[in-house]
Amino acid sequence: MLSFTLRRVLSAVLVLFAISIAVFLIFFATPGVDPAARIAGRSASPATLAHVRAAFGLNRPIFIRYLLMMDHLFIKRDLTSYVNVGLKVVPQVLKAAPVTLALVSGAAVIWLVVGVLGGIVAAANRGKFIDPLVMFIGIAAVSVPAYWLGEVVNLITQSRLHSSLFWWVPSGGYVPFTQNPWQWALHLLFPWLTLAALYAGIYARVLRAELVNAMNEDYVRTARAKGLSERRILMKHALRCSLVSIVSLFGLDFGALIGGAALLTEVVFGLQGVGMLTYTSLQNLDLPVIMACVLYGSFFVVLANAVVDILYAFLDPRVRVA
Amino acid sequence: MPDSPVLKVQDLKVTFATRQGPLRAVDGLSFDVAPKEVVGIVGESGSGKSVSMYSMLGLVRDANVSISGSVKFQGREILGLSDQEMQPIRGGEIGMIFQDPMTALTPVYTVGWQIIEQLRTHTDMTKAQARERAIELLGEVGIPDPRNRVDHYPHEFSGGMRQRVVIAMALSCNPKLLIADEPTTALDVTTQAQILDLMLKLQDTYNSSIVIITHDMGVIAEMAHKVVVMYAGRPAEIGPELDVVRNPRHPYTWGLLGAVPRVEARNDRLTTIRGNAVSPLEIPEGCAFADRCDYRMEICTKRPQLKGTSDHLDACWLSDEQRVSIRSKAAS
Repeated sequence: MLSFTLRRVLSAVLVLFAISIAVFLIFFATPGVDPAARIAGRSASPATLAHVRAAFGLNRPIFIRYLLMMDHLFIKRDLTSYVNVGLKVVPQVLKAAPVTLALVSGAAVIWLVVGVLGGIVAAANRGKFIDPLVMFIGIAAVSVPAYWLGEVVNLITQSRLHSSLFWWVPSGGYVPFTQNPWQWALHLLFPWLTLAALYAGIYARVLRAELVNAMNEDYVRTARAKGLSERRILMKHALRCSLVSIVSLFGLDFGALIGGAALLTEVVFGLQGVGMLTYTSLQNLDLPVIMACVLYGSFFVVLANAVVDILYAFLDPRVRVA
Repeated sequence: MPDSPVLKVQDLKVTFATRQGPLRAVDGLSFDVAPKEVVGIVGESGSGKSVSMYSMLGLVRDANVSISGSVKFQGREILGLSDQEMQPIRGGEIGMIFQDPMTALTPVYTVGWQIIEQLRTHTDMTKAQARERAIELLGEVGIPDPRNRVDHYPHEFSGGMRQRVVIAMALSCNPKLLIADEPTTALDVTTQAQILDLMLKLQDTYNSSIVIITHDMGVIAEMAHKVVVMYAGRPAEIGPELDVVRNPRHPYTWGLLGAVPRVEARNDRLTTIRGNAVSPLEIPEGCAFADRCDYRMEICTKRPQLKGTSDHLDACWLSDEQRVSIRSKAAS
């Protein structure tokens, strides 16, 4: 188990290294993308361009430029924006990260609990009224786009019913946990629910399908022949084997969301998270910020996948050998 | 009565409602299992061997199934009992061994955990006691170094060893009856013999009766005291093992016995029964075997009943004289 963990972490580091090179090449070495032109502004003279190239080290060999970029990004941490000259990139990302982290982690707890419970309840009551009901709610939650659901939630809680039922709902924005934990939770409650709806729906449906499949497996027949109760068979045997797919789904979703995929929810609820930062930097083609955001995002995707694989090995002993 | 049967199956019928009409998987199966007796149920794939056993224990989970007849276990009717009422019987009094040991164990738990689970379900052993018993059981079924192996996962065992684990689990609560569904089919030949020997040895220790399902007449000859030959969900011939193997009465049994390859025979081709097993959706009104039978007669459009002398019964319209002449011709 330990050696498996070590091997997995090492390969994650290698993947991150490869991603950093790929991202660097895409944004800084693709023909047609001239960082100097971005920095110097529109219709700059050749002399200005040459000056900018020299000042930013853009005239040096490509791998030196890669090392310089990594040096600025991770060691000196003084990489500056090309668009808002002087604005440092790393603090910006570090400021946005906790917002996204809080949003996504809270939502993840909700969608895991609701999704797993929904899947179990539906599978346990297969063929009864409650199964299609849960599945219908699930598909409805999956079908509703987050930005629409978020707007509707805002409309109800901020405007229509704000004076009566939802007087306690704050108006958008983010309060750091360290500043006021109660306000932190209050500000994030509806963003959490909005973001969790989609994933809870997916997880409930996936888990139900997995459980129904597992209940037809030979080992479940053995468990029945052993005289175990249906409840124990479902919870101890079928669920344990079905959790593997939920865990791998969760790793991918969680990593991607932390990496910025919660953009729509962040925009709707005015949360200045990583998604928002990536979005604005892409609009401005602010290469250093994009670089930092993508690396930050990929870090979490890769990390989440490594954690998932380690969890996998914990859940399924057959994986440990490979 | 000292020899009242452990299991008494009477006129068991299992029918699945399908779009193509009723599928009669088992149609009028009756047999007894005496204490310490080994009963072999033999037949081709799809002849209703396994499904009859599963339906007895309520392990057929199809919503479209209807099961009728009577199955008495130690004098108590168990057909139609609820899951809750069946739980102490399943695993506690009737143990079951399955065909494919590769998939019969839950992959994410150690074999010890799974045996302990069963022990703790049916007895009030403590965890430590159950663990000791599990180790003891693994040793009894011939797993080397059981104290260490008890904490291994199913995928760390070979097929034969896994089947030993399944047997240990099935026997863990001293069941009165052991149902083995093709326990050796998925194993290689040398392992097959070991597993059969093991089952016979353990049957001696645990005094259980065994119902063994197989399509291999060799297994029957090695193990069984009594044989039930099934074709298309119906019993074709029932009798003591020696009688059925040495003096088979039903043409289908002749075919089955002829299909056992012999070392001394120099035939280039293996003998087969011509045609294919009848589809359970299209079982004829009369004798189910008639279409494949070399000795078909007019009367075979009517369904033959099981009949015969004392305990050797068969369902065929051939008269004793006809059988004698057919068999003497075949022998010459």
